[in-house]
Amino acid sequence: MVGSEPAGAEGISDAIAVERTLAGEREAYRVLVERHSRRVYQLAYRISGNAHDAEEIVQEAFLRAYQKLEQFAGNANFGTWVYRIAANCAIDRMRQRKNEEAKREPVSSPKEDGLEVDPITQVRDPRPSPERLAGSVELAARMQRALEELTPAERTAVVMRHWEGCAIEEIAAVLKSSSNATKNTVFRAVQKLRRDLEQYAAPRRAAGAMETKL
Amino acid sequence: MKHMTEEELVAYRDGETKGREASAAHLQECAECRVELARIEAVYAALNAMPVPDPGEGYGQRVWQQIAPRLPAKRPSWWGRVTRGYAVGGWFAPGRLAAVGAAAALVIVAFLVGRGWKPVAPAVQATDAAKVRERVLVVAVGEHLGRSEMVLVELAHMPLAQGHKMINISAEQQRAEDLVEENRLYRETARESGDAAMAGTLDELERVLLDLANSPSEVTPAQFEAIQKRIEAQGILFKVRVVRQGLDEQKRKNGAAPEHGGARPGERNKA
Repeated sequence: MVGSEPAGAEGISDAIAVERTLAGEREAYRVLVERHSRRVYQLAYRISGNAHDAEEIVQEAFLRAYQKLEQFAGNANFGTWVYRIAANCAIDRMRQRKNEEAKREPVSSPKEDGLEVDPITQVRDPRPSPERLAGSVELAARMQRALEELTPAERTAVVMRHWEGCAIEEIAAVLKSSSNATKNTVFRAVQKLRRDLEQYAAPRRAAGAMETKL
Repeated sequence: MKHMTEEELVAYRDGETKGREASAAHLQECAECRVELARIEAVYAALNAMPVPDPGEGYGQRVWQQIAPRLPAKRPSWWGRVTRGYAVGGWFAPGRLAAVGAAAALVIVAFLVGRGWKPVAPAVQATDAAKVRERVLVVAVGEHLGRSEMVLVELAHMPLAQGHKMINISAEQQRAEDLVEENRLYRETARESGDAAMAGTLDELERVLLDLANSPSEVTPAQFEAIQKRIEAQGILFKVRVVRQGLDEQKRKNGAAPEHGGARPGERNKA
């Protein structure tokens, strides 16, 4: 593969790589894939909550991006564009998974602690993840479960908003929703997270002591 | 004092600009709302603690290896090349000229279709304008067939160099791709004009050109031989030559005696 790559391909800009790909030089697309995969993986993992789905989402996102590359506006940022496609893939995958699970098991069984089990937990990566090896096992597990409590739209919205700092309009485009509805989605997600995480994240007394400085 | 709602606090925290000054002023005054905001902030801070496994340095390469076999070859459309203007080879590069040729074909066809080209019975109610239009089409289709014939002849007679593992046919493939677009326009025009024989020949030619355009740009000797055999088996070169010679003859007649309508394409294509 190295032998067939165009000279200096690694150093070319995203815009040139897109242009060359569109001109039929498939190897140019490799540059884009290698450059953006890790960041797309982070998004995919945060939305899906497990490594297996995250990897599938990354592949699907780059395949879709390749198919739609003709629609990509040259003056846009490829990273942002593929990122949005990945968010779409992630939300599609989560919705599909929920639908499949709903058909298989219409009534979800509550866990001992009263929290419902999200279908995604059933395909969670069995390998020990870093948080399980680290000290804050309980908080990490709670957080994971709190995120799993969110609907696919809520989870996608909160991930894009919080971790990626995406504008409401960008999130609305992914969710195929209006700006106002998207704001509500973000708000609902934060409400649910507060309900599930607040006692672990910041006990009331501690919160009172750490007033936000304005 | 009316406290801020949770929704307002979340919006403020997320950078909402609407009513921001009023919210900031309220928070300056209200300790309860500041505590509430701190709690929301703490939830976000907890989210930041969520670890994401690092897939590793070589992850991008792994992704590429997994998806590369599933990526179809990209073939830029002639229209895309004309409009996109990508910087490969300049405006007069061969591929671009072919694209311009295809665009010109579109204009010619649009002109002729718009004016109601009726080549099947031009002699019946021939007008000077109709004759001019037919002559334009005869020349355009004749040249298109000439270019197609040239590509097919080159492929049919391309020698197989000994010891070469792969044969590069990207130039022929590119030309075939451009010709497909032109061909489609002429075929549609012929069909709409009722010239079934011409439409049939162009349809056969289009399949051969498409087959070539969709081949890999580098083929093994065995694949190359298969392409040559397909061209030969369909007898398309012979059919194209016959039609083109008919058109050439008509072109000469048109040039020599413009007052006559020329040969009927339906008859011409029976050869």
